[in-house]
Amino acid sequence: MERLTSIEDFKAMQDRLVSERDYSKPSIVIPAGTCGQASGANDLIRVTKRELLDRGLTDKIRLRITGCHGFCEAEPSVLIQPTGTFYPNVKIEQMVRIVEAVRDNQVLDDLLFVDPATGKAVEKQSDIPFFKTQVRTILARSENIDPIRIFNFIRNGGYSALAEVLGKGEPSQVVEEIKRSGLRGRGGAGFPTGAKWELLANQQNGHGKFLVCNADEGDPGAYMDRSVLEGNPHSIIEGMLIGGYATGANEGVIYVRNEYPLAIKHLLIALRQSRGFGLLGDDILGTGFSFDIKLVRGAGAFVCGEETALMRSIEGKMGEPRQRPPFPIEKGVDGKPTAINNVETWANIPLIIADGAEKFAKIGTNGNTGTKIFSLVGKIKNTGLVEVPMGITIEKVVTDIGGGASGKAKIKAVQTGGPSGGCIPAERFDLPIDYDSLAEAGSIMGSGGMIVMDETTCMVDVAKYFMSFLKDESCGKCFTCRKGIQRMHEIVEDISEGQGTLEQIDLLEELALSVKDTTMCGLGQTASNPVLSTLQYFRQEYVEHIENQRCPAGVCKALITYSINENCTGCTLCAKTCSEGAISGDKKQRHVIDSESCTRCGACVTVCKFDAVEVA
Amino acid sequence: MINLKINGLEVSVEQGTTLLEAARFLGFPIPTLCHMEGLSPYGACRLCVVEIGEGPRAKLVSSCTYPAQEGLVVRTANERVLQARKMVLELLLASCPQSKVIQDLASAHNVRQQRFRQEHEDCILCGLCTRMCEEQMMAKAIGFRGRGETRSIGTPFDIKSEECRLCGGCIYVCPACQLRCTYTEPDKAVCGGCANLSPPCVEKENFDDMMCYMNPCVACEIDKH
Ligand SMILES: Cc1cc2nc3c(=O)[nH]c(=O)nc-3n(C[C@H](O)[C@H](O)[C@H](O)COP(=O)(O)O)c2cc1C
Ligand code: SF4
Ligand code: SF4
Ligand code: SF4
Ligand code: FES
Repeated sequence: MERLTSIEDFKAMQDRLVSERDYSKPSIVIPAGTCGQASGANDLIRVTKRELLDRGLTDKIRLRITGCHGFCEAEPSVLIQPTGTFYPNVKIEQMVRIVEAVRDNQVLDDLLFVDPATGKAVEKQSDIPFFKTQVRTILARSENIDPIRIFNFIRNGGYSALAEVLGKGEPSQVVEEIKRSGLRGRGGAGFPTGAKWELLANQQNGHGKFLVCNADEGDPGAYMDRSVLEGNPHSIIEGMLIGGYATGANEGVIYVRNEYPLAIKHLLIALRQSRGFGLLGDDILGTGFSFDIKLVRGAGAFVCGEETALMRSIEGKMGEPRQRPPFPIEKGVDGKPTAINNVETWANIPLIIADGAEKFAKIGTNGNTGTKIFSLVGKIKNTGLVEVPMGITIEKVVTDIGGGASGKAKIKAVQTGGPSGGCIPAERFDLPIDYDSLAEAGSIMGSGGMIVMDETTCMVDVAKYFMSFLKDESCGKCFTCRKGIQRMHEIVEDISEGQGTLEQIDLLEELALSVKDTTMCGLGQTASNPVLSTLQYFRQEYVEHIENQRCPAGVCKALITYSINENCTGCTLCAKTCSEGAISGDKKQRHVIDSESCTRCGACVTVCKFDAVEVA
Repeated sequence: MINLKINGLEVSVEQGTTLLEAARFLGFPIPTLCHMEGLSPYGACRLCVVEIGEGPRAKLVSSCTYPAQEGLVVRTANERVLQARKMVLELLLASCPQSKVIQDLASAHNVRQQRFRQEHEDCILCGLCTRMCEEQMMAKAIGFRGRGETRSIGTPFDIKSEECRLCGGCIYVCPACQLRCTYTEPDKAVCGGCANLSPPCVEKENFDDMMCYMNPCVACEIDKH
């Protein structure tokens, strides 16, 4: 590996990489992030390699292995470039045909994605409804990059934003550029990134300054940061280098949770490569600017994502938040001024520098610029990672991208912001997705979790789930956070079991507000949101559990009964399935469920082919 | 020097002074539980909350940990603060009703009931003992373990500590295990008559449901036996 010693060196290398490339040659792109691998992408890669070798196609067709592209529902999937042909849910046998089709410049109509709305096959990825409404400035980059090959990144414009700022030699202009872009932190609170950098740049400190990439991503169900780390690790490194240059910091830490082995692997490879090329470390590209990045593995606690807890964890101490002020910007890691930004925030930096703040600011709305990646899950047809312009309505995301309800039940709410967020009811789906509107509606943007709920989701149960998560994840220091969450859980659990009283709803609300008020860090201050927002919009569901001993969604086990209606053909399948032996009945006779021994596991509902098992 | 305003009064304090110290300097009482002079502030009990800032951005912070800042406006006992403290105390009573310290605080703040399921824990995780052990006894024999519901205090691996000198400092400072109270079976309400001499328990039939730790009681005539 040759070390690049000047900006000219770098540019020459980049030009060479671009000119060497024959862009007309087709590429088979297989996303193999953690999700892709779990659904069998590795097998497709193996088959493709073998086919290419066996047929002597290695110099005619390229194979690129990339990180996740976002359409989880369709994985393992295959994308053909430059045509943009997209094959979802590819099976090993089909892979052979795909290789042949690429060789012969053909499209396999029978393997294409079928739009459930129209029943028609769609050839190109960009025409699939799931992708069409998105603005994929970050995710689309991952399609062109093999994360473990730095040449891939550089050929696609990687590190040229860094070269540009180093060439100009005006750190304060970089800060200005980020400020003008309007970029706000993607980690949840939405603090303006440019303002944060300016504060850091203005700190006087002879002992050095620190940058941190927060890749703790502890929200259950959220994985957008993981996909960026896995799919485009160099973009984070480049972002941090630009940040270091702009603020005068010389040290950086990427704090990744240990549960992300593939992300850690790709990051370590990327760090080694960029260091080898002289893009990281001392005297970067011969400009005298030095910046090095260390990788720290997180201990796996949700609270370690909070910035003061994260800093302690980096210092090797127990991950427990502390009083702010002093803010990290004044007194951070090892006492040095520190700026902490989220993975997605860092990933946006090179884009802003390369394309200009104005272009970035054009996406989204005033005060909420750029795109945001959400992990869209729940009761909708298309799940996955979606990148949308800020300010898009919830409706568009749920209906246009998500494809609407996955089952027969109507969609009734979305939950945003993970455990710190809240539920927004369907009546308010015209709400634009931005930091301020979501907060005003009683939820938060958070790091980008978005769970769609339909009428089979019980809001009391949702509140219970998040309280149960948080009571284990609170660091436990603040009495009102630790006990308050336990007590909220206790009350919600009582209600879900039909043991609640109406007075308890008032107590729950009073307690929730106190917990919000009296806790030290963001975890405690937002922990009540799941309770407060479900109470605000779905109070009637709580009341129903108490007054009528009924769970309208048919979820809370203590309040539901299973019975078999006249649709029953007497097929005996449910009786055979029930592990409790609770179902009896003769062949071809209507079966009966014994409520006493039924454990409400729901297995019978799942197996019955005649919709004969009813929940009430 | 840093200038700030507490309950409308201007005060100048040195850099590094906490809001608690500044308020007490002016004579404003703020109740505390996990704070002790000579030990570093920790901010665990949340009883010492005060309100800072103005308008929609006003918020509660723990005064024992929050540093005085130039131009800060502080209110130590407005409605929001008192309401919050009452909830803290109600939660404390629900978990640790036998503590004399908590009972006294509760009755002094007019907390007359606790509406949660009664628990009897012997530690509120205030961290006084661990700080006492580390900062005054220089032993560091005990510390926090775990998080959330499973957080507890103890020695590493729960084995007898080589560092512990059996000084008793930890027991001395503990607000939860001072079992001075004489109650037998606490229930949902606190009498508090002893502390404020205005007993709510004059009605005999309600008395059985209350916590009263004075025997004989100086405030009411009810015979508790
Ligand atoms: C309990 C808690 C958990 C958090 N977890 C994360 C996280 O996993 N990732 C993240 O980027 N920010 C997380 N944050 C937000 C960070 O504290 C911090 O605001 C953020 O990293 C700042 O970066 P940004 O300005 O780029 O958003 C969390 C905050 C709290 C209170
Ligand atoms: S609010 Fe909760 S998580 Fe945050 S410091 Fe207090 S106890 Fe810990
Ligand atoms: S719900 Fe489960 S336990 Fe109950 S009857 Fe059906 S199969 Fe049996
Ligand atoms: S043992 Fe006592 S002093 Fe120690 S944390 Fe628990 S309540 Fe506080
Ligand atoms: S005295 Fe301040 S939090 Fe306990």
